[in-house]
Amino acid sequence: MIKGRVWKYGDDINTDVIFPGKYTYSVLDPDEMAEHALEDLDPEFVKKVKKGDILTVGKNFGCGSSREQAATCLKYAGVQAIIAESFARIFFRNAINQGLPVVVSVEAVENIEQGEEIEIDFERGKIKTPRGEFGFPLLPDSVLGILDAGGLIPYTKKKLKMRASAKTEVSSKQ
Amino acid sequence: MGKTFSEKLLGERAGTDVRAGDVVTVSPDFILSHDNSAAIIQEFNKLDLEYVSESDKIVIILDHIVPASSEKYAINHKQIREFVAYQKIPHFFDISSGICHQVFVENGFALPGKLIVGADSHTTSYGALGAFSVGIGRSEVASVWATDEIWLRIPETIRIELEGRLSKGVYAKDVILHIIGNEGADLANYKAVEFAGSAAESFTIASRMVLANMSAEMGAKNGYFLPNPSVLEWLEKKASIEFEPVYSDADADYESVLRYDLSNIAPMVACPHSVDNVSPVTDLEGLEFHQAVIGTCTNGRLEDLETAAGILKGKKIYPGIRVLIIPASRNEYLLALRAGVLEVFVDSGCVVLNPGCGPCLGAHQGILAPGEIALSTANRNFRGRMGSRDSEIYLASPATVAASSLEGKITDPRKLL
Repeated sequence: MIKGRVWKYGDDINTDVIFPGKYTYSVLDPDEMAEHALEDLDPEFVKKVKKGDILTVGKNFGCGSSREQAATCLKYAGVQAIIAESFARIFFRNAINQGLPVVVSVEAVENIEQGEEIEIDFERGKIKTPRGEFGFPLLPDSVLGILDAGGLIPYTKKKLKMRASAKTEVSSKQ
Repeated sequence: MGKTFSEKLLGERAGTDVRAGDVVTVSPDFILSHDNSAAIIQEFNKLDLEYVSESDKIVIILDHIVPASSEKYAINHKQIREFVAYQKIPHFFDISSGICHQVFVENGFALPGKLIVGADSHTTSYGALGAFSVGIGRSEVASVWATDEIWLRIPETIRIELEGRLSKGVYAKDVILHIIGNEGADLANYKAVEFAGSAAESFTIASRMVLANMSAEMGAKNGYFLPNPSVLEWLEKKASIEFEPVYSDADADYESVLRYDLSNIAPMVACPHSVDNVSPVTDLEGLEFHQAVIGTCTNGRLEDLETAAGILKGKKIYPGIRVLIIPASRNEYLLALRAGVLEVFVDSGCVVLNPGCGPCLGAHQGILAPGEIALSTANRNFRGRMGSRDSEIYLASPATVAASSLEGKITDPRKLL
């Protein structure tokens, strides 16, 4: 369960306004990426965002480039979850791979306003808002596994270790 | 009910009977990355592995900022070259080669029936040759380098049937802008697109690549063309490995079928700041701009350069505007050079740049100042993409950009053909 204050934006927010292309190959440090989060959409965002805030957005969020920094910069800016009417495919994967929870609910987005305090219950698939509670489809277990591990890299690291120890076990039995 | 291309290809790879919506874990044939390989290496190093799983599958092509325009970029390139040498990655293309999507195709990695993942959203381009090719992020590429596997959801498929003949002055770029303008930037989000019909069949490989490339701009996971005999013949000479085409069944289960008559399409322009904000060129005529760009992975091939040069030949670009020409690859550059096309550009006052991504993503070679407007053959016009957040980008075909470059304002190319 998480609780946070809402930042609300519209439809088709693309990766260039989330994290401008001019930084994509020059900024490699996640905290430095965070300084440019949503720079070309809302220059005020970075100045005012607080750790634990929740982004609530319209349809096709994160369309455009495959740049993973679009998810990384939001996570390191303090965003702890994103609720959208829909996500662009690559952004959806990138967010999960960065360990940033993503929730799809058209109803919730329609009923949440800028600055409100809301709660997301990932186990029950519910969003609690001042205008009532709204459901969302739970993420599949495989995806939850990546989120629980804190992202794809720690998840893969764990998987590789398990593979290696399984191999050692097999060879020690032989 | 039969199966779509995506269901058949991914099902064969996973060794199970699958339908749209199922999730499979599969091993790709090739894994593409470019200048972002430096960031991917950083992620790969966190995995505490000395070596990648399958170095033969990795294709790295430097194209985004070539040659390096700053010390930071130079360090990225250096780290990539060192990694390539250490890992003995055979398929490495340094800064002279061109844009990854063109170089990948020219070197026979984009093949029918192959599964390709790439750290670039325009990886969809290889569907032009009948591959299933999909864009992924950096962590994901690092993870595939390490494990040789990736999970993919089998996408639903939208079939787009193209019939009729293009009018004079109308090109593949106008077709895809028209479709995206009509259907919206999220038409195919999470879905596959299959281009079919007699007009699609007649498209050249270069034109097929324009549509497959820009499938990404409607959110598509993959944009597929059926490889016809002339495509297969071209590939016979290029293929880096053996391949077996995969085709959709005649009774495949499509989510929807859209039909377009190309004879009704006019030259189109995508207006700021989204690719689906499209108008016919006739509605925008007279709009002045500061910089024109002809090139990119969408429209930087010989076919595009010849069309533009045909319009510029013997004429001068409008005084005070900048026109940048960027061939998509060294190969296309050489073909254009030998055909006298580059001479036309230089003679008319254009700047011919080295093959690469150029200013398309706003990193170098023609950044826009506040208040400036660009007219480009690229695939994206998002706010701030080519520089200042207070600049604007319009997208059009090479013919429209060339014709407009002579007038200094958006111009219908049909007047000059």
